[in-house]
Amino acid sequence: MSTFVSQPAERPARSRGRGSSIRAWRWSDRLLLLAAWGAGLTLCAVVAAVVLYMALRGIEYLSPTLLFSRPAAGLTQSQTGGFLDPLLGTLLLTAIGIAIAAPLAICSALWIVEYGQGGRGRQTLTRVVESSIEIVAGTPDIVIAFVGLALFQLHLFAWASEVGEGGGVTGKSFLAAGTMMSLIALPPIFVAVRDGLQGVPAHTREAAFALGKTRVATIRRVLLPSVRANIATGVTLGVSRIIADTAIVVVLLGDTLRIEPQAHGGLPVLGLLKGTGSSLTSFIYDNSPAGEAGAPQKAYAAAFVLLAFVLALNLLVERISRARARSTGFVAAVEGIV
Amino acid sequence: MSEPEQVAALASNTPPEQRPRAAAERAYLPVPPGATPRVHTPLGFDRVPPVRTIVLDRPPEPVRPPEQREALRPAQALAGPERLLLEGVTVSYGGASTLGRRGANAVRSVSLSIHQGEVLALIGPSGCGKTTLLRTLNRLTELTPGARREGRILLDGEDIHELEDTALRARVAMVFQQPNPFPMSIFDNVAFALREQSRRRPRRADIEPLVIDALRRAGLYEEVRDDLHRPALRLSGGQQQRLCIARAIAPRPEVLLMDEPCSALDPISTGVIEELIGELRRELAIVIVTHNLAQAQRVADKVAFMYLGDLVEYGTAAQVFDEPRAPRTRDYVRGAFG
Repeated sequence: MSTFVSQPAERPARSRGRGSSIRAWRWSDRLLLLAAWGAGLTLCAVVAAVVLYMALRGIEYLSPTLLFSRPAAGLTQSQTGGFLDPLLGTLLLTAIGIAIAAPLAICSALWIVEYGQGGRGRQTLTRVVESSIEIVAGTPDIVIAFVGLALFQLHLFAWASEVGEGGGVTGKSFLAAGTMMSLIALPPIFVAVRDGLQGVPAHTREAAFALGKTRVATIRRVLLPSVRANIATGVTLGVSRIIADTAIVVVLLGDTLRIEPQAHGGLPVLGLLKGTGSSLTSFIYDNSPAGEAGAPQKAYAAAFVLLAFVLALNLLVERISRARARSTGFVAAVEGIV
Repeated sequence: MSEPEQVAALASNTPPEQRPRAAAERAYLPVPPGATPRVHTPLGFDRVPPVRTIVLDRPPEPVRPPEQREALRPAQALAGPERLLLEGVTVSYGGASTLGRRGANAVRSVSLSIHQGEVLALIGPSGCGKTTLLRTLNRLTELTPGARREGRILLDGEDIHELEDTALRARVAMVFQQPNPFPMSIFDNVAFALREQSRRRPRRADIEPLVIDALRRAGLYEEVRDDLHRPALRLSGGQQQRLCIARAIAPRPEVLLMDEPCSALDPISTGVIEELIGELRRELAIVIVTHNLAQAQRVADKVAFMYLGDLVEYGTAAQVFDEPRAPRTRDYVRGAFG
């Protein structure tokens, strides 16, 4: 009986020294530890510095008048007005971009996960679609903007953008900029929805099939509700991409500080969509020392508003993914997208 | 003939009919009229690994002595009309198999009949084809790329491959190993099974009695009646599994397939579900796959023992457990291997 019981005293005493104290570490290990701590803390410090500086400057210069008055041409800063139009421009661009990107991204993710796995031909197509989206995600926005300019300057799209004097199509409008913005917002939505669908256990799908449901019914009633939070996360990430973008606005929105609707043939909203305008980012650019307007205080105020938007959106993403894990028990597959 | 001699005979090139075990096993099978005789390729039988026999001091005993068993089993089955008839069903998984068994038959030439009012338990060691056979009965195997099937399966005299798969699966319902409610409310889970693929969704008031009836038959209604609209994923594991049963029996299927329905549950929930199976078999034919021999003894009226894709023995529960005819069945039910 006792032969199988190991005596505690027989165990070798735990070695002290090596491995237990940092003094016994190798130099390379110590260096790595130091670098890891250093990098992490530096990053925190940089972020804190940016946020604090922008907050201080922003609160100093921000006033309700700036938020709710339209920009105007004027010689002194008190005459040039606020940034109501850039604010509305940002909202409008976001709405257009997401309205185009979300359905496209959700449908392509659905196709890839639910239909794209059967047979070799489909798998090839799946790979092509996925790498195309990766390429779009990696393309600099200024390149996307120029492709958009080339596209919307075609006479085919004269209905969609500002038409200059003499009938030249400038290719600049909310519609043109919003369409190109959708390309920027598409990859994060696609990835979030695709990962969410892949995270739905296979037996959940089989359960629906075993109840005699078709694939379409399964997608509508089971899968889309399951990935609702992933869609929300993806859309939020897409929104933060759009409101942070400058190049597309400068190239494709015409960069008139005020929203300038164009003449149109009767449709109520089309005039606005055909019109030019600005966004918070282009407003900041114009008013920064690098731009033409040269009102750095207003740029600071606008930058603070923009930063607040982005931070709020990030917080929202965090909240959505946490709430989802709590409420459904499904593991949210949204980490690692940002 | 001793065990080593039998194994040697199996491994040699002896024709199948002269091999002691192969010949013995074949003799015990009920051959349905009109069915093609079973043919074992020499290759197929050479792959059979030797039975792992554990030598004990005393002769092996059945899992549970017969006198205890009779008390546990519910009143003898009221065998009704024949619901499912399998004739020479062979299933193989093609190139997509990852197990290195390219094109191996997961199920070989199985013939069985399943009656309303009785519970058929499929038993056998892991990988013997029980689950594949079960999933063939509602054509879920078709969702696996590369799966092929031969033979006929008749549901009330109709070949199931001539039925629409959605219609078939509404008549042959299935409960899975993992409780897999959909991420929606308890009510919607059951209602999802009831709503037909019609243009117009039936109104809530119309299906509410059916939902409550299904929950009641699954023995869950009393526990959830206060709040049918809470998320199904908040229920306990055992409640979730009973919800899955309610969902499966809601459209009044003729056959209920259960794939190890209790293996993810605690003993108390298992007991509740076993009782439920005893109740449900009045109105349904039930096929249950189980690894738990004691469970098979408790719930089953008929037992089919499968080994490496072959149906080795089929008979009443009492006969298979107390007087198994095939040596391999005897070894398995007495716990010599598994």
